[in-house]
Amino acid sequence: MIPFIQLFGLYVITHGAGGPGGGFQGGVVFASAFILYVIAFNLTDGGARFPESGNIILSSLGLYIYAGIGLLAIFFTLGAAQYLNYGFIPFTSHFEENRALGMDFVEIGIGITVMAIIVSIFFDLALKDGDGKEEEEEGSR
Amino acid sequence: MEWFIAKIFAKYNYWISIILMMIGFYGIVAKDNLIKKIIGLNIFQTAIFLYFISLGAVKAGTAPIVDAEIIRKGYVYANPLPHVLILTAIVVSVATTAVALSLVIRMHQEYGTIEESEIIEKSRDKGMTWT
Amino acid sequence: MPSVVEHFPVLVVVVSLLSAITILIAGWINRKTAWYISLATLLGQFIASLFILHHVMTVGSIRYRLGGWAPPWGIEYVMDALNAYVLVVLLFLGLVCVIYSKRNIEHELPQKVVSFYTIYQLLITGLCGITVTGDIFNMYVFLEITSLSAYALIASRGKIALKASFTYLVLGSIGACFFLLGVGFLYAVTGSLNIQDLSLLLPPFYGNRVVLAAFVFFLVGLSIKMALFPLHTWLPDAHAFAPAEISAMLSGIIIEVSTYAFIRVAFSVFTLRFLRLLPIFDILSWLGAVAIIIGSVLAITQVNLKRMLAYSSVANMGYIVLALGLSTSARTLPWGGLNPALMHILNHALMKGCLFLVAGAFIYKADLWYIKDFVGLGRKMPYTCAAFVIAAISMIGVPPSVGFVSKLYIILASIEAKKFFFVAVLLLSSLLNLVYFWRVIETMYMKRGKEQDHSHASHGSHVQREEIPFGMLSPIWVLASLCIIMGILWLANVPTPILNQVNSMFGLDMKP
Repeated sequence: MIPFIQLFGLYVITHGAGGPGGGFQGGVVFASAFILYVIAFNLTDGGARFPESGNIILSSLGLYIYAGIGLLAIFFTLGAAQYLNYGFIPFTSHFEENRALGMDFVEIGIGITVMAIIVSIFFDLALKDGDGKEEEEEGSR
Repeated sequence: MEWFIAKIFAKYNYWISIILMMIGFYGIVAKDNLIKKIIGLNIFQTAIFLYFISLGAVKAGTAPIVDAEIIRKGYVYANPLPHVLILTAIVVSVATTAVALSLVIRMHQEYGTIEESEIIEKSRDKGMTWT
Repeated sequence: MPSVVEHFPVLVVVVSLLSAITILIAGWINRKTAWYISLATLLGQFIASLFILHHVMTVGSIRYRLGGWAPPWGIEYVMDALNAYVLVVLLFLGLVCVIYSKRNIEHELPQKVVSFYTIYQLLITGLCGITVTGDIFNMYVFLEITSLSAYALIASRGKIALKASFTYLVLGSIGACFFLLGVGFLYAVTGSLNIQDLSLLLPPFYGNRVVLAAFVFFLVGLSIKMALFPLHTWLPDAHAFAPAEISAMLSGIIIEVSTYAFIRVAFSVFTLRFLRLLPIFDILSWLGAVAIIIGSVLAITQVNLKRMLAYSSVANMGYIVLALGLSTSARTLPWGGLNPALMHILNHALMKGCLFLVAGAFIYKADLWYIKDFVGLGRKMPYTCAAFVIAAISMIGVPPSVGFVSKLYIILASIEAKKFFFVAVLLLSSLLNLVYFWRVIETMYMKRGKEQDHSHASHGSHVQREEIPFGMLSPIWVLASLCIIMGILWLANVPTPILNQVNSMFGLDMKP
C-alpha cells in the first residue's frame, strides 16, 4: 500500500495552483497513481476498483465545474460581465481574490475531468473486454 | 565558415525540430504497421511542440512564476505564453493518440491484424469493397 | 454593458458543451433522454444563431472578450457577417441531422446511442467554436475538437469504417499540425494571437519569409481538412462508410467550416493586400478546376452510392475553391467577390445533406449500398426517391434550384474575370454530374428486375410500398424543398445583403 500512498501525496502537491503545474498536469499525475496501482497489483479487472459509473460522473462533474464557473459570472451580474470573468462572482468581496478563487476552481475542475478521462482511457485500452466506447477529452485552456 | 556557423549552428533548435518532424513523417508514410504510424504521428507532433517552446526561450531566463522576489530583483524569465499554448496542444495530441489507439484495438478485434496492407486485403474479402 | 444577444456566441458554444456531458449523465440513467436533450440543445442553438445574425445585420459585429481580459492578452469572440452566416448554416444542418438520426441510430448502433449523441454534441460544440472565435489558437483547439469527434463518429459503425476513420485521423492530425505551425510562425513574428490584432501587426512583415511560410502552412493544413485536391484521399472512404447523418454532416458542414477557416485566415489575418502579392488566387482557381474534373470523373466510376456522393463532394469543394480564386477578379453584384463561394457553402450543405440522408434511408430500409441494387426503388419508396431526384437535379444545375444558382454565378464570375476555361470546366462538370446521377435515377425508376416483371405480369401494378418512417422522411423533404426554395430566394437576391456585408468588410468593393 505504501507506493499508493506515496503517489497520493505526490500528486496532491503537484496539483496545487500557483506553482509549475496546474489542472492538466495534476490530473495526469493523479490518474497515474490509479494506473500504477493496477499495474503493480496486476488487477485484470480494474473495473472493481474504478467503476464505469464513477468515471462518467467524475468527468462530467469536472467539466460542469469548469464551464459552470464561467456561466456563474454571467448569472451573478445579470449579463453585465463576460463569460469566465470570474472577478464578479461574489465569493469574497475583493475583485482580485474572486479572480484567484475562480481560477482555482477551474483548475480543480480540469484536474478532476482529466483524471477521470485518463483512467477511463487506460482501462478501455488495457483490459481484455473493452467495449469500444470512445470517450473524448476536451482541450482545456 | 562564419556563414556556416550563423546559418546552421546558431539555429540548431530549428534544425533539430525539422529533423524530428521528418522522421515522424517518414514513420507515418512508410511504415505498414498501424502502431508505428501512430508513433510517427506522435514524433511529428512532439517536434512541432519543441519548436514552439524553443521560440519562447529567453537567454538565462528562469521559470515564469510571479513572485515578489522576482519582481523586486528584476529577474529575467522565460515567456510563459508558448508554454500554455503547447500545454493545450499536448492535451490535444494525447486525445488524438487515445482515439487512434482505440481504433487500432477495434481493428485488431475485427480483423486480427494491425498491418495496414493486410487490413485492406481483408476488407476486400468482407464484401464491402473499396470501389 | 453587453446586451443579451452579445452573450449568445459564447452561450452557443458553452451550452453545447454542457449539454454533451448532460447527455452522458442523463443517458446513463435513462437511455431515451439522450436524443431529446440533443434536440432541445440544437433547437436552442439554432434560434440563438438566428438572433446573432439579426443583431449582426442590424447593429454591427459583436466583439466579446472572454473573461474581461482585453485583447491581445485575452481571447476574443468576434461575430461578423461571415461568422453569423456560417453559424446559421451549420446549426441548421446539425438540427436536421439530429432529427433524422433518431431512428437511424436506434437501428444502426443500438448499444451506443448515448455515446453517439454525446460525441455528436461535442462535434457541434467544436464546429460552433471554430465559427465564433476571433483568436487563432482557439480556432486550432476547436478544429481539433471537431476532428476528434468526427473520427470517433465515423468509426462508430465498426468494420471498414474503422480503417477509413484511421486514415482520416492520421491525415487530419497532420493537417492540424500544419495549422499549428502556421500559428506558431505568426506568433514568432508578431507576438499576438488575436485575428484582428494580427491583421494590424502583420503588414510590415509581408515580405518576410516566415510570414510566407506561415501562409503556406495554413493553406496546406486547411486543404487537408477541406479535402482540396490533391489532399482529398481520405474523403471518399470516410464519407462513404460513416453512418448516414454523419456523412451528411461531414460533407455538408465539416469540410465547409474548414473552408470558412481558410477564408477567415486568408482574408482576416493575411489581408487582401498580402494575398495580392502572391499568385494565390490563380493557384486556388486552378486547383479548384482540377478538383472539379477529377472529382466528377471519379464519381462516375463508383458502384457504391455513398462513395459516389463522396467524390461528388470533392468536386463541390472544387467549386467553392474556384469561386474563392475568382473572388478578387469578379466585381459585379450579385456574383462578385466572395458571394459565389459563400453561397455554395449553404447550397452544398442543403444538396449533399439531402443526398446523403437519402442514401442512409436506402441503407436503413434494405441495406442497399450498391447502385445496381436500387432496381425498382422508385416504386417501393416513392417519396424518398422523389427527394433524391430533386436534390440530384439541383446538383446538376437545373433552374431554379440552388445548384443552378451557384453554377450560374461562378460562370458569370469567370466570364467577368475573362477566364473562359473555367466556364468550360463548369459546363463539363454539369454534364458529368448528369451522367452519374442519371445512372442512379434510371436504376431506381426505369429498370425492372426479373422478379418485378413477374409480379407485374401476375398481380397488376401493385407494388408494396415500404417507406421509411416519417421521422427520417421529414428532414429529407425539408432539405429537398429548401433546395428549390433557397434557389428562388437567391435569384431574388433576398439573402444577398449578408454577403455584401462580408465583401465590404474584407475590402472587396462591388459595383452594383
